[in-house]
Formats: sequence, C-alpha cells, structure tokens
Amino acid sequence: MSFKVTDSLEAEVNELISHYPVKRAASLMVLHAIQAEHGWISQESVEWAAKKLELPPINLYEIVTFYPMLRQQPQGKYSIKVCRTLSCALGGAYELHKLFCTRLGLDAHAHGPQTTKDGKFTVEFVECLASCGTAPVMMVGEKFYEGVTHQKADEILSGCK
Amino acid sequence: MAQEYKLILKYADEPGYTPDIECYLRHGGYEGLKKALAIQPKDLADGKKLSGPEQIREDVKVSGLRGRGGAGFSCGLKWSFVDRRSGKPIYLICNADESEPGTFKDRQIIHKDPHQLIEGMIISCFANDVKLAYIYIRGEMPEGAKILNQALKEARAKNFLGKNILGTGYDLEMHVHRGAGAYICGEETGLIESLEGKRPYPRIKPPYFPAVLGLWMCPTIVNNVETLCNVKHIVEMGGAAFAKLGTPNNTGTRIVSLSGQVKRPGYYEIEVGKATLGELINDPKFGGGLRDGRKLKAIIPGGSSSKVLKAGEKFKLKKKDADGKEVIVETDMLDLPYDFDSLAQAGTMSGSSAIIVMDDSVDIVEALANLSEFYAHESCGQCTPCREGSLWMNKTLQRLTHGEGRKQDAEYLGKIADNIPGGRTICAFGEACSWPVQSFLAKFKDDFVAKGAADEERRAKEAGQPKSLAEAHH
Repeated sequence: MSFKVTDSLEAEVNELISHYPVKRAASLMVLHAIQAEHGWISQESVEWAAKKLELPPINLYEIVTFYPMLRQQPQGKYSIKVCRTLSCALGGAYELHKLFCTRLGLDAHAHGPQTTKDGKFTVEFVECLASCGTAPVMMVGEKFYEGVTHQKADEILSGCK
Repeated sequence: MAQEYKLILKYADEPGYTPDIECYLRHGGYEGLKKALAIQPKDLADGKKLSGPEQIREDVKVSGLRGRGGAGFSCGLKWSFVDRRSGKPIYLICNADESEPGTFKDRQIIHKDPHQLIEGMIISCFANDVKLAYIYIRGEMPEGAKILNQALKEARAKNFLGKNILGTGYDLEMHVHRGAGAYICGEETGLIESLEGKRPYPRIKPPYFPAVLGLWMCPTIVNNVETLCNVKHIVEMGGAAFAKLGTPNNTGTRIVSLSGQVKRPGYYEIEVGKATLGELINDPKFGGGLRDGRKLKAIIPGGSSSKVLKAGEKFKLKKKDADGKEVIVETDMLDLPYDFDSLAQAGTMSGSSAIIVMDDSVDIVEALANLSEFYAHESCGQCTPCREGSLWMNKTLQRLTHGEGRKQDAEYLGKIADNIPGGRTICAFGEACSWPVQSFLAKFKDDFVAKGAADEERRAKEAGQPKSLAEAHH
C-alpha cells in the first residue's frame, strides 16, 4: 500500500503551513490531515510530511508516538471510542465497552485498541471526552454519542454498514 | 434561594439560537468589540495618556476576573506580566483543551456560541496588542474545531478579523489548532510546546513563564475559553459592574459542570459563591438530589484532581460578620459556597468548576482506581517522580480492585503520593495525580485497608494456609 498525495491533501497541508510563522508548528495539524485522508500514518506519509515541513522525520515520529489519537497502524473502518473516566464509569461505561467487545468478538479486558479480523471495527477505551453530564459517552469516528444505552449501542452498531 | 444566572450561556440553549454569525449579530454580537475598538485615549491627572487597550486591561483588573481553567489566577494580573518591551510579537492562545475529567463547560460555548468566544478573544488580543492568536482545541472535539473554523471564516468576512479591522488599522489573524488526545496539553507550557509541533513536555518555570518566554520564546497569553468570553462582558458592562456579580474576590459567573450520581446532571451557570455545593447537588433547579434511596458518599468538587470531600465533613471557614469582623464559622461540606476561596479554605479547590457526585453505591477504592488509571495514562513521562509514581499508584490500585490487594497497600499508596508533589516535578501534574490519592486515603483509609486485608485473607484460604499468613509468621 503506497502513500499517494492527492491534490486536496497537498492544498490543505499548504494552507495549514501558512497558519504559522514557523513551519514545524504545523506538524500536528498536518498529521491530522494525513490521518483523516488515509486512516493512519505510515512511514511514507511521515517522510512526505517531513519534507513539506523541512524537518528530519524523527521530529514527526516523536509526536506520532506520543499522542494517543495518531495511529501507526490501519484502523477499522469504524473506530469506536468509549469514554472510560470516572463520570462515565459511574454511568456504565465498562458495561458499554463490554457490550461492544462481546458483539464484535473482542476481549473486553484487553489493553489498548482492538480491531476485528474483517477490519471493520476498532474498539477502545479512551480517557475523558468532556461530556460527563451525559454519561456514558462515546465516539464513532468523528461522530459523538451521549447517554448511550445498550439499545442505542446496538442501533449504532447496526448503523455501521 | 440559589438561582441560575446566565451571562455566558444567556442565549446558548434558547430555542432557535444557532452558532452562525447572523444569529450572533441579531443578539447584540460584536457590539462589545465595536465598543472596545472605539475607546478614546484617556488623560490622566499626571499628564499621561491611557490608551484604549490600556483602559481595557485596567478594567479587567477592576472586574476581579479569575481564570476559569483551573488555577483561578487573576486574569488582569496575568495580562500585566506580559513583557511589552521585548520588541517581540505577543501571542494569545485560547486553551480549549478541555480535558479535566468532570468538566464539560467549554464544549457548550464552542458548540453553541462560538462567536462569543471569538469576540472575547479579539477584544483580548486588541487589549494586548496581539496580531496572531490560536485556539488550541482538544483533538477529541472535531466538530467543535469545524464550528470554530466556520465561525472564524464568518468573522473574517465581516472584517472582525483580518487586516484593518472595522477600519481601525488594527490587524489580527486567528487559527484553530487541534490537539491529539493528550491531557497534558491543558498545562499551558505543555500546550505551547504542542502548538510548536513538539511533544507537549511542560517547560520549567522559571525561566519559561509564558508571559515572557512563551510561544516561540515570545510573550504569550494563555487563557481558558470561559475566561476569554468573560472579557467581552467586562467590556460591555464595565469592570465595576462585573465585579458586583458573584461575591467579593470571587466575581462574575461560573459554569458548573455537574456529573455523577445526581438526578439532573448538567451544566449550570451561577454567580460565583451564590450557590452552595449542597444546593447545586440537591436543589430541583440544579442537580435535583441523589437517586431515590441513595445517600451521599463523596464529592469531587473541582475536576478530578481536586481533593475529595467526604459526606458529613465539617470545615472551619473564616467569614466576615455584619460588622466586618472576622469570625470562624463551622460549615458542613454541603454548605460551602461554591467559589474559589471557600473551597480553598476547605483544603480543596473549585478548579475547573466540575463537580462529580458519588453516592453510597460507589466503591470508593474503585473510584480512585479509575482516576489513577487516567493519571497513569496521561503523565507525559518527563519527570521521574510523576512518570513512575503515577504508574505505581495505578498498579497498586488495580491490584486492590482485582482481588490481589494487600493490607499495607493503603500505606504504600500514601508514601508514593507524598513523594511526587511539592516541587519534585516540572509541572502541576505531579500534584494533580497525587491529590486524589492523598485525599481519598485521608478520608476513606478504612475502605482501602479493609479491601487489602480481605484479599489477603481470601488468598490465604485459597492456598490452604492458616487464616492470616502474616500472623502465622510472627
């Protein structure tokens, strides 16, 4: 799988770089843009970004390996993130996470993101999503869901085609 | 009777109120900015002139506004530290990295009333001679980032941003910068490193005070979303009028995030100190009380790092009586006025004004284990006491909640927690991860000891050993 730069990605990255007086500052936003288009951040894409930003690739690797949202492996088509932190835990986050794992044949006790064999779903616990008043909350890709009952969770799953 | 007081959230939840600029303008939007830009220089008695921006800065001091992000530091004072003689550009960053567990107030502003934040930011930038500003929004709020980008585009189109704003000669540009899931980016120097495109390792102070050596080593102001919104209202109503809201030294309003085991979790804007913790939890206008048949066990009063309060705890608060004389009043935790100073007197803090309520169904050891897992995940790893300590505390608490506890674990946890904070780490994360452990242990130690002892006993039985292995060895 090779990394192809579309015109729109190139344009977006150029625009992002123009937002900062120092190119390096665009690193995180450029990586976001790459991940949004490709789903993850490959070695080739880091090297391309490094050239754009006039940086040694290590400067990008050190942030790819730090920030939890940046991924070095392909993710499932649907990335399910269940908030784990206290208010959501009090509101049933662990049961919700277990439900997704059970439905998708994953291990509810495993640490870190897990992807189904067919590559359709990635399920993981994440830390506080800042909507504690409507616990439990979760995201599928960029879409945010709150007050997720088990019935709602099943509806969300069946909506993932 | 405690009431909601909607200043920041005045329109946000009104039916039909939308985040676009036309709606904002129909509701008096950007009038504060126009007012700010039009302030004429003022002649002082000593013959000096006070410019418009200087007058705004003075007014923010008069308002008594304190930072809404967590530390509660005076905004006017923070601005006064900015090095204005360095000849370097001054930057302003809005800290929209809302990620202190329990807190969800900035999300409301960003999603429902983004132009209020942008107007507050433009005024703050104008007041501080800032030409380039950023909104650092947490990565997990992609929709918020889109809304803000759209709002910035609209503001540019109306010339509230860009070159020669409203013909005044003032130029300002503003961009959205997204984080990527790291809590430490909420720490202002970590945020600055992150914005520069690096790992968000907090910088050591001194010398790296953002007001002097911030973004790209230039003077930088970092303010919370709600704080910046307040600046717009201070300019509109005047600092003195703003200072009349709330209580002395605790002025204005605060948006309280209420979560956990109450009937009506949600966000409630109050005049600071004009409602008590008990009212916020039990009043039908606010939390509406606990679930039926449940009793209160504990409250985390100001975001997950604030020290826990135990139901029934009493505090001796210094207050002024009718004659202005200082008196000591014994106060139940539920009667603490929800403000900066009372909670500090009770040994905790109002932090990011996020209250997490726990009833008697909660296993307190599990609650702390949950928080410790958060801190272990979020330590940036730069300083040894925090990197190792947060992991050890989590490891110990995980074994306590998975049947592998030991009777001495409580004591062990306390020792680790006592050895992280107090100047041993570069940033306050060391404190943030220790305070919950220290306070849970101080107030619920028996729960921790009992859990460890029960585990030991069970394991001893399982191993066919005498009832207490430890005793048998003595």
